[in-house]
Amino acid sequence: MPELIVYGIVLGSIIALGSVGLTLIWGITDLFNCAHGDQITVGAYIALLFASLFSRIGFLQAKVGPFSFHWGVLLAFIPAILISIGLAILIDRWVYKALRRAGAHFITGFIASIGVAWALRGLIYIIWGADFHFYTTGLRPMLFLPLGIKLRVDEIFIVIVAWAAVAAVYIFMLKTKMGKALRALADNPSLARVSGINTERMLMWAWGIAGVLIAIAGVLYGIETQLRPEMGWIFLLPLFAAVIMGGKGSITGALAGGLVLGIAQQVSTEWLMPTYKPAVAFIIMILVLIFRPKGIFGRRKV
Amino acid sequence: MGTAIGGIISFLVSFAVMASIYAIFSMGLNVHWGHTGLLNFGVAAFFALGAYTSALVTSPMPTGVLANYVKQAFGLNAPFLVGVLAAAIVCGLIAVLMGLLTLRLSEGYLAISTLGIAESIRIFFNNERWLANGPQGLVGLPQPLHGLVPPAHYNYIYLLIVLAFMALIYLALERGIRSPWGRVLRAVREDEVMAGADGKSVFLFKLQSLALGAMIMGIGGALYAHFSAAIQPSVFEPLFGTFIIWAMLTLGGTGNNKGAILGAFIVWALWSWSTFLILKIVPPAFATRAPFIRYVFIGLLLVIILIKRPRGIIGEERQVSKF
Repeated sequence: MPELIVYGIVLGSIIALGSVGLTLIWGITDLFNCAHGDQITVGAYIALLFASLFSRIGFLQAKVGPFSFHWGVLLAFIPAILISIGLAILIDRWVYKALRRAGAHFITGFIASIGVAWALRGLIYIIWGADFHFYTTGLRPMLFLPLGIKLRVDEIFIVIVAWAAVAAVYIFMLKTKMGKALRALADNPSLARVSGINTERMLMWAWGIAGVLIAIAGVLYGIETQLRPEMGWIFLLPLFAAVIMGGKGSITGALAGGLVLGIAQQVSTEWLMPTYKPAVAFIIMILVLIFRPKGIFGRRKV
Repeated sequence: MGTAIGGIISFLVSFAVMASIYAIFSMGLNVHWGHTGLLNFGVAAFFALGAYTSALVTSPMPTGVLANYVKQAFGLNAPFLVGVLAAAIVCGLIAVLMGLLTLRLSEGYLAISTLGIAESIRIFFNNERWLANGPQGLVGLPQPLHGLVPPAHYNYIYLLIVLAFMALIYLALERGIRSPWGRVLRAVREDEVMAGADGKSVFLFKLQSLALGAMIMGIGGALYAHFSAAIQPSVFEPLFGTFIIWAMLTLGGTGNNKGAILGAFIVWALWSWSTFLILKIVPPAFATRAPFIRYVFIGLLLVIILIKRPRGIIGEERQVSKF
């Protein structure tokens, strides 16, 4: 049981990281982005591309400390993040901006994002094929903790990076001027506009921040499991559940939702078949919604 | 040459069968989203329930050696029409249950809840082998009027059956949406508060709409099961069970049943034909990856249509009641 809780925290940290980006975009742009998962896949594959390029350089072939991956993978975070930011902003420019201008219903944006998701996944299949890919091959070092808990050393890295990224975004949104402007935009777009906030520039920032979180989530998810074209799409469903449980635009809500779902999914394997994990996430989400229709941390609109 | 034409015709017939089945789903979704404004992202739930119900009702219980390999909760060996009817009834009942749980949620939450329920139902069928043989699913499902023509020509018969169902559903829905009942649904879609202030029970009308659309989807699921004669849980994943149907309805024209049918035929044509065309163009070395070009193609098409023609190819018509 303690082992399952620890695994749940690892899983929950990755879900939380993925859902913070999703809830930010939902809160600020009113778009429920179905392409979020496939953008995560793109981030993971871009990192794969650069990791293999970097691994041609001799000193980058060394493993990072006790972890299973090379310095090349660590360095590949940078181009993955940059390209992910660019992609997020470009998609917004080309697709969602036109829909915003036309004053489209939010469901139109939702369906357009499904189209974006398909297009991205198709590109990944075409470029990299349907096979599994790994950042590194060979042994994955294990850690033996008290209470019989076996943990991969990589998972400690994953949890630390995930929480550092989420904390950075949280502080950014809370403390900086830009963060405050973004929150103002989420609260009341028309009031933000008349107060002199350049909304289109703000939205670029929002997508940029989402892009950073997306790329980090992609690489961490790739380190934890393996890379395949469907990885982000399958990952999206628990993200939806976490975001919905947390309430629209709530970072702390998405965090709590992610952790609750991660732990619940892993602990449920004590009694249920592991294949029931996604269903456990959904049933918890639906129960939460029935009792708290605006999410755990959701604010009621006045 | 003659066989080539025969091949094209038989391809067209099986294409038309699948597209018509998707048109039925698309019209069912049109009841939910087009006419009532319900965001149902769980089409796959009714697709699966309809298909499994009809499969279990119409197939015989496996006996002898087969019973060791195929597990199913029951097998009634009933006629095809009984299976379709049972599929519609089960989907209607489950829809009422789902509606009681989720219809009070606001639209976005309803969407994700229905998506979650659909996935949970699929996972349940996948894991519980006693119910419908788990991941292997059920095969060799009975097909109506099978003895009438040689098996090679059977699809012609099935196309007629599917077209008959499609036409009946279309005519019934066109009558329904022009009736006072249909007007209340659109009133609920446009302004729930006003509809409520006019003394209509918004919740009750939403529940009726959810059940009606679900019954239509159940019929679609049953028709799919007997066409492919084999069903397994992987058929009902969100992409093909739900999202492709949303793409069809949105592309064709939300709120318009003709649009729902047109969208189903266009999207299914693009999906099933593009593989052929692409394989003819690309070099053989690229053949395993080429079919994925259609993901890019349909994705971009969907985005472009939504930007250029947000109401779909044929948008909603003005509804005038006939007296």
